[in-house]
Amino acid sequence: MTALSHTAELMRRDQVWPFLQPPAASINVDKDILLYIEDLNLSFDGFKALNNLNLYINDGELRCLIGANGAGKTTLMDVITGKTQCDSGSVFFGQTINLLKYSEADIAELGIGRKFQKPTVFEAQSVFDNLELALKSNKRLLPTLLARLSPSEIDRIDTVLATIGLTDHRFQLAGALSHGQKQWLEIGMLLVSEPRLLLIDEPVAGMTAEETERTAELLTSLAGKHTVVVVEHDMEFVRSIARTVTVLHQGSVLAEGSMDHVQNHPDVIEVYLGEAP
Amino acid sequence: MKQALLMFGCWLALWSTPTVAETDTTSSYDDLLMALTEADLNATQPILEKIEATGHPEVLSLFQTLLDGNLHFRKADQVLLSIVDVNGTDQYTEFQSGTAIEPLGRRDVSKIRVNNNLRNFLSSAIGRLQLRSSEPDLRSAAVLSLLTTLDAATADDLAELRREESNRTVLSSIDLALAMYSARSANTVAAQITAIDTLSDRLQPEARNLLFDLERNADNPAVREAATAALKKIDGKVTFYGYVDQLFFGLSLGSVLLLAAIGLAITFGVMGVINMAHGEMLMLGAYTTYVVQLLMPGFINYSLWVAIPAAFIVAGLFGILIERCVIRFLHGRPLETLLATFGISLILQQLVRTVFSPLNRRVAAPDWMSGSLEINPVLSLTYNRLTILIFALIVFVALLVIMKKTALGLYVRAVSQNRDMAKAMGIKTDRVDALTFGLGSGIAGIGGVALSQLTNVGPNLGQAYIIDSFMVVVFGGVGNLLGTLVAAFTLGIANKFLEPVTGTVLASILVLVFIILFIQKRPKGLFPQRGRAAE
Amino acid sequence: MSLLTTFMSRRNSLGSPVLPFVTILMTLTVLAAIGNLWIPADSALHVSTYTITLLGKYLSFAMLALAVDIVWGYCGILSLGHGAFFALGGYAMGMYLMRQIGSRGVYGDPILPDFMVFLDWDVLPWYWLGMDQFWFAMLMVLLVPGLLAFVFGWLAFHSRVTGVYLSIITQALTYALMLAFFRNEMGFGGNNGLTDFKDLLGFSLQADTTRVALLLCTAGLLAAIFMFSHWVLKSRFGKVIEAIRDGEPRVRFLGYRTDRYKVALFVYSAMIAGIAGALYVPQVGIINPGEFAPLNSIEIVVWVAVGGRGTLYGAVIGALLVNYAKTRFTALMPDGWLFMLGALFVLVTLFLPKGLAGVYGQLITSWKRGRNRDEPPQRNQEATS
Repeated sequence: MTALSHTAELMRRDQVWPFLQPPAASINVDKDILLYIEDLNLSFDGFKALNNLNLYINDGELRCLIGANGAGKTTLMDVITGKTQCDSGSVFFGQTINLLKYSEADIAELGIGRKFQKPTVFEAQSVFDNLELALKSNKRLLPTLLARLSPSEIDRIDTVLATIGLTDHRFQLAGALSHGQKQWLEIGMLLVSEPRLLLIDEPVAGMTAEETERTAELLTSLAGKHTVVVVEHDMEFVRSIARTVTVLHQGSVLAEGSMDHVQNHPDVIEVYLGEAP
Repeated sequence: MKQALLMFGCWLALWSTPTVAETDTTSSYDDLLMALTEADLNATQPILEKIEATGHPEVLSLFQTLLDGNLHFRKADQVLLSIVDVNGTDQYTEFQSGTAIEPLGRRDVSKIRVNNNLRNFLSSAIGRLQLRSSEPDLRSAAVLSLLTTLDAATADDLAELRREESNRTVLSSIDLALAMYSARSANTVAAQITAIDTLSDRLQPEARNLLFDLERNADNPAVREAATAALKKIDGKVTFYGYVDQLFFGLSLGSVLLLAAIGLAITFGVMGVINMAHGEMLMLGAYTTYVVQLLMPGFINYSLWVAIPAAFIVAGLFGILIERCVIRFLHGRPLETLLATFGISLILQQLVRTVFSPLNRRVAAPDWMSGSLEINPVLSLTYNRLTILIFALIVFVALLVIMKKTALGLYVRAVSQNRDMAKAMGIKTDRVDALTFGLGSGIAGIGGVALSQLTNVGPNLGQAYIIDSFMVVVFGGVGNLLGTLVAAFTLGIANKFLEPVTGTVLASILVLVFIILFIQKRPKGLFPQRGRAAE
Repeated sequence: MSLLTTFMSRRNSLGSPVLPFVTILMTLTVLAAIGNLWIPADSALHVSTYTITLLGKYLSFAMLALAVDIVWGYCGILSLGHGAFFALGGYAMGMYLMRQIGSRGVYGDPILPDFMVFLDWDVLPWYWLGMDQFWFAMLMVLLVPGLLAFVFGWLAFHSRVTGVYLSIITQALTYALMLAFFRNEMGFGGNNGLTDFKDLLGFSLQADTTRVALLLCTAGLLAAIFMFSHWVLKSRFGKVIEAIRDGEPRVRFLGYRTDRYKVALFVYSAMIAGIAGALYVPQVGIINPGEFAPLNSIEIVVWVAVGGRGTLYGAVIGALLVNYAKTRFTALMPDGWLFMLGALFVLVTLFLPKGLAGVYGQLITSWKRGRNRDEPPQRNQEATS
């Protein structure tokens, strides 16, 4: 009897099987907030990586996350992008989409792009191919198999190549790029996929001063059209781009506000200076 | 005193069987022997009965010889001969005088033949005679041999003996025999039922057969019912001991898997090196045992003690050689390591095939490992499996101590967690790698010694275990020695419990499928290491 | 638009191996066919039927190597169980051939194959039904390995089993199948497998013409599969596959469901292996559970490693070379082959990680570099990881 009712439940005609459902499409940002992170907890063998973390990211803003090593910055990004499961709490993309229910690929398709701390590009493939892979397109099997680059897509890749200054390296293998160029390529891969939200982990590590400056320009220009969250240790760089800064400490938010506000915040001073040798 | 009582017992036995008593006076032992050579098959039993009744000291050996089919007589003078086959040639001895004589022609002697009826009679007669042996084991065996043929006289005899008996085993045997006797032929139904109740605690197949018989053929329904109840109880016990037996076999298989897998738990689990030639390390250990036995043919009992360190050294050295020559160049490239070590395993197998021939070799078991520990009639544990079980646990504990308590263990764990940091701290990572690999391989070699006691040694010995070993390590959780222990025994027991239901092949297939599915669910094994370091 | 044309021309100017490969393959097989059928036996140019059969066998092995290369070379899935898909395809073909024997078997049963009569079976097991139809059997050649690969791949890739673990599970898979097929009760002829085939589609398997036709068929299919695989792997799908090999998590963060890609590729590869098996069986005349042996599967990997993985032609060349060496070597000194094979494993992984194709690629690159020094090395360059 139960088997029958199960089957009936499975065969209900008014709904679609979960695996056939397209990922929920529209992102509701009526309240001008794109990302809601509430009461997030995660521990590794007793070590609390995230501790009742609450964070709201406004739509279209450029937010910097700073904090000492182990403050939970990268772990937070892992949870948002579905790489790591959290123990409790909620992450909503817009007002309706519960990110915790989605896989990495789904989350990427929802429009959350990520740049890793260590640049991860496909070294055995050319710069152009790397960007082609990242293009915003139908990423199911058959469409990918039959995909041909349309002129507009090639234009798009070309524009991004110009933006990241790799036009001359178009057909070079990504593995042959310098460290800074790989960083740029990865940012380019983010750009070409036109995400709603960009999570960028230490973008200027290993870059020259000039490259850093250009990165700062690029990120500032992105804000508005996209929402950008940057994790960075380089305070100079943060100061040059930041409008709002969030300080994480031991897995929760310590302070939030403009750079000046944060720098004069007593808790921050205590944590940073009090612990300094 | 005892002698006198025995005499009394004999006397009693003689008087209580009137037919024997009647003829006793008329024929002497020698005459009877003569008659035996002349009698045909049908007439033999009465003569044998008379011979038994004489109580002559030779009767036991006479009956034994006859039962074994070795009793002949010389046609010329009707003298009894025992002809024993020793290494293919017959040895002739005059039975009564015991003097050896020249072989005679086939026509000059004639065999005293026995048929099944006579054999039955002989064995119970031998049982009756041995009841008074001075060896408790023989007495007990004698009682057990009489179980189905017990007659009233012998039963009384037994009851008599019981009073004098102090040995527990013999007492229990006598009780069984008496209970069976009364269950079969007690006068009152109540006595029968009491006896049947006693039998319900016994596991001997004879008792079961008797109960089956009673259940079907007894006249009294109460007896039939009692028999059914007793059988049910016995069946329950037999099933239980059957499970215990399976459990033991499962533990035994588990111990073999453990021995095969713990070396791998070190090389693969801790070092992260995938060594497909691991099975060949087992094989090398087994062949080392074989060679050691060849080298010391007179000391099979001690050869194992030599073989264990020898196998450790041989397999360990091969392991170090492999690590130094191949594996270290493939660091961080697991798939390549897998292929290269597979090549090595092929080479080692072929090497052994060339040196020792492709045929399987038998490794002799020392005396102290043969035989079995009999717990009750339906459950006996063979000593070799028991020894290997204990041995595996000892090896496991030793390895655990090495890994947790010694400097090498500390280095190994340090290197496996963070090679560069360990190097920076001044640990000679190269040496640690080689030593660890040698340790893992050497332990596999020891496992090979144990394996050689269970199966024949052949070039393919290792191959059969390599997949199983990997399954054990993966199932238990990579890098977790305790997990390996649990996994080995779990898989061993699961395999043996499945076997009676599904057959051997299907059981191993099912276990494989189960593990494949399990890895799907928990890719990090039963006891995963969690946290950031495990990413 | 100019960019598009440069891009497309760049794509084609890279010396695509397809045309030379197909030309050489087809020319050689056609020449061999002519040499066997039309050149008289006493001529020096005559090709014996034995050679034809051997060639056919090699080419089906080459197809199998291609299948392994597709998953290993391009996607980093080291399958140690492709022999299982090969054998399953072979069994499907073998079942068809068994049914074709009809009443010409030793026991003369019109329906049941000899081994079933021998085992006192009186009905055909359900899974033998329909196998007397060629089209159905060929469908099974594709579907059975494909289905197994799908179920297995879905389970494995969905739960992200990768690397060595995956390799060992695939080996366990083929090992389990070997145990299963050794059982008489499975209904596949147990230990002896399926053999004593008479004819295929009405043509006697002993006839020279049939042998030649089978060889041509194998070569044709190999060429077709080569071309199709080349197309697949050069498409964006192929780029995703290569990206998965080099950084699967990253591909996931780009929005591709990598498990589905891997399953699809695995199924495709398994089907090719099945076809190879189906072509192999009528040419060698037997299929038995030995084909499931883990050693067989791992030998395939060596062919690919020797030839050079990640280049389809490398796998084919590797398969041909190693098998030719095997044939010659086992004839000379039967015991030595396993030493050779083992040494090949070790030496190739230590000294030739890119195989012969890698050596060839390096030669080409340095030659080109020598010719025009100012042009930076491009696609032919080795991957750095």
